Amino acid sequence: MAYFTQQLINAVTLGAIYGLIAIGYTMVYGIIGMINFAHGDIFMIGAFISLIGFMICATVGINSAAFAILVVLLLAMVFTAVYGWTIERVAYRPLRGSFKLAPLISAIGVSILLQNYVQLAQGARPKPAGSVVQGGYNLFSADGFDVRVTWLQIIIVVVTVLLMAGFSWLIAATPLGRQQRACEQDMKMAALLGVDVDRTISLTFVMGSALAAVAGMLFLMYYGVVDFFIGFLAGIKAFTAAVLGGIGSLPGAMLGGLLIGLIEVFWAGYFSSEYKDVAVFAILVLVLIFRPSGLLGKPEIEKV
Amino acid sequence: MVGRLPALLKDSALTALVAGALGLFIVGFRTTDLGKGLFFDYQFVDLGIAVVTIFFGRLGLHLASMGLKWPAFALGTALGAVGASPLRLPSTFLHWFVVIAGVLIILRTIWPWANAALATARHSQRGKAFGQRGAKWFGAILLIAAVLLPFSPFSNQKNMDLAVLILTYVMLGWGLNIVVGLAGLLDLGYVAFYAVGAYSYALLSTQYGLSFWTVLPLAGMFAATFGLLLGFPVLRLRGDYLAIVTMGFGEIIRLVLLNWVDLSNGPAGIGGIPGPTFFGAVFAETAPAGKQTFAQMMNIPFSSNQRLIYLYYIILLLALVTNFFTQRIRRLPVGRAWEALREDETACKALGINPTNTKLTAFAVGAMFAGFAGSFFAAKQRFISPESFTFIESAIILSIVVLGGMGSQIGVVLAAVLLIGLPEWFRDLGAYRMIVFGLAMVLIMVFRPRGLIAHREPSVRLHPVRAGP
Repeated sequence: MAYFTQQLINAVTLGAIYGLIAIGYTMVYGIIGMINFAHGDIFMIGAFISLIGFMICATVGINSAAFAILVVLLLAMVFTAVYGWTIERVAYRPLRGSFKLAPLISAIGVSILLQNYVQLAQGARPKPAGSVVQGGYNLFSADGFDVRVTWLQIIIVVVTVLLMAGFSWLIAATPLGRQQRACEQDMKMAALLGVDVDRTISLTFVMGSALAAVAGMLFLMYYGVVDFFIGFLAGIKAFTAAVLGGIGSLPGAMLGGLLIGLIEVFWAGYFSSEYKDVAVFAILVLVLIFRPSGLLGKPEIEKV
Repeated sequence: MVGRLPALLKDSALTALVAGALGLFIVGFRTTDLGKGLFFDYQFVDLGIAVVTIFFGRLGLHLASMGLKWPAFALGTALGAVGASPLRLPSTFLHWFVVIAGVLIILRTIWPWANAALATARHSQRGKAFGQRGAKWFGAILLIAAVLLPFSPFSNQKNMDLAVLILTYVMLGWGLNIVVGLAGLLDLGYVAFYAVGAYSYALLSTQYGLSFWTVLPLAGMFAATFGLLLGFPVLRLRGDYLAIVTMGFGEIIRLVLLNWVDLSNGPAGIGGIPGPTFFGAVFAETAPAGKQTFAQMMNIPFSSNQRLIYLYYIILLLALVTNFFTQRIRRLPVGRAWEALREDETACKALGINPTNTKLTAFAVGAMFAGFAGSFFAAKQRFISPESFTFIESAIILSIVVLGGMGSQIGVVLAAVLLIGLPEWFRDLGAYRMIVFGLAMVLIMVFRPRGLIAHREPSVRLHPVRAGP
């Protein structure tokens, strides 16, 4: 029981991070119907900027952990969002109206480009980061096993819940969210009604990237190490989460993230940690085959 | 024109600002690990120079696109001169960066003229005739050159190695072209079938002592079976889902090979794989008991090049078989169905083509050729490990197909030479190779989505084209 509870806590933490990345996939897919293959690498960029941000904080002598986290969070969100914006502007926007696979191929190119750019600029070796937040809280002990929630895990879950709540509000109740939903339903009609479609799509990428940056920072704090390749696996897992929850649906992305976190952690905990990634890939394949619209998504109707 | 200058400057400054924001953390603060934690290695000078270059580069491109030839030309030349000058910029990369910016501006300046000149040349009577004859003979000339290469003075060890490598990628490119170019299915896990072929040969030859020529068809069959098994459930999916799922499968196969130590020997890989034999003759200095070497069989002195030349001809043959097969099957009903499916799936359904079965054949055929190439790879390397079958490999093959122009056979050859050959000749560029791949994929999609050889004729026309006026 104790082991199970501990695994559950770890799974929720991991699931929160996946959920944050998955939102970026799901929003972009919802609005322009493309899989932003480079999103995982934007997450990686976010993690790197956070690493450098924490180091800068240490250099200029910011000792309060809470303040440092806040500063780094803002820095990472802003500067990663610039990446998202630029990528959309340079690599995706010119391709609207091109043939079907063009944006996806371009996205794969961006992904390769970003990975190797970071590898070149920052080196290929994993970068260790000191832990920013230490300590935790023992929930209970059973069978000589301490069930422990670290402060970091609490921070991760709280930050995620706050961001998701804020984000849902943004989509549901602000003019920007309304425009986004309008573009999602019918881009041409939205344009006719005076919605600036290009701007809305750009902002979608900006928001998705900012959330990925938060996920990157949380990932960095949780695992304490980043390298240029983390975006590949995390990206696929988050994409799986988005598909599992129903791509295009925001609550679906969060639910999917949570489920993928659960599956991964429990598979590693009870079966074999070598095959945990295989388990996630298998879930992706199974969901796509048997329920391509996901748990909360709407089935897609193809019109001629 | 002058009135627009402030707007131009503003736009260029904005571009430079964005570039600066992009590079500020990732380039500006290089983290180095000195064994006791990370330290910064500040590179703001590099970043500054890059940003200034981007500013002038953007300005130059604007001027060129507005038709202000001479200012743009001057700017391009100036940048080129700065980059090529013995000025001590902080890194060689920056020198190249500045030079490339200058060259780009100059190219953009002369592009309208060059384009117009090319268009007139192409549409003139002579140009048309030349183009047709060129298309007809170009392949033949390449083929003859390829056949004669081992006897040319260039056939030293290094070049032959490279030629074998390039041909392997040409074959893989042609195989993937069936899936991506003809059937329009984006397969990001192509390397999985390559791995199946390689491990089939490695296991069957080291465990059961089967020879290369016995295993080659088997490997193709195994890979095709895998293609069918994997394709059957996923080919109903939409194009972009298919891409991700195939990538997932590619990773699954790699992870299984990595972790199923009993079968594949895990990360340590399989070594001691025998090379291909020539009617039973081995390519080695001394033959094992009961066999003879190629040199003894032919009564010629032994040379280590013989093995390489033999490998070269095998892969050339395999690649040509792939090409021939593709050319022929394009004209068969199933090949036509592939291309029709690529263009419009709904219309195909309406015409009674079963999309799943049709896609499945393309997938399996593509996989089969990857299997052939894989067993050749194992026989050539004599050692394989899961390291050789990462996603990057799939991405390289895909970028060859994309760059060459999806569906174009000769384009794949050119792209393979460009993407595989050039980085090998210029070893220093190795670190930048993948960046160039990624950049090339984006730029090709933005500027020439049909590939470098931008020419896609339908295989069959409903109405024959009438002769031009």
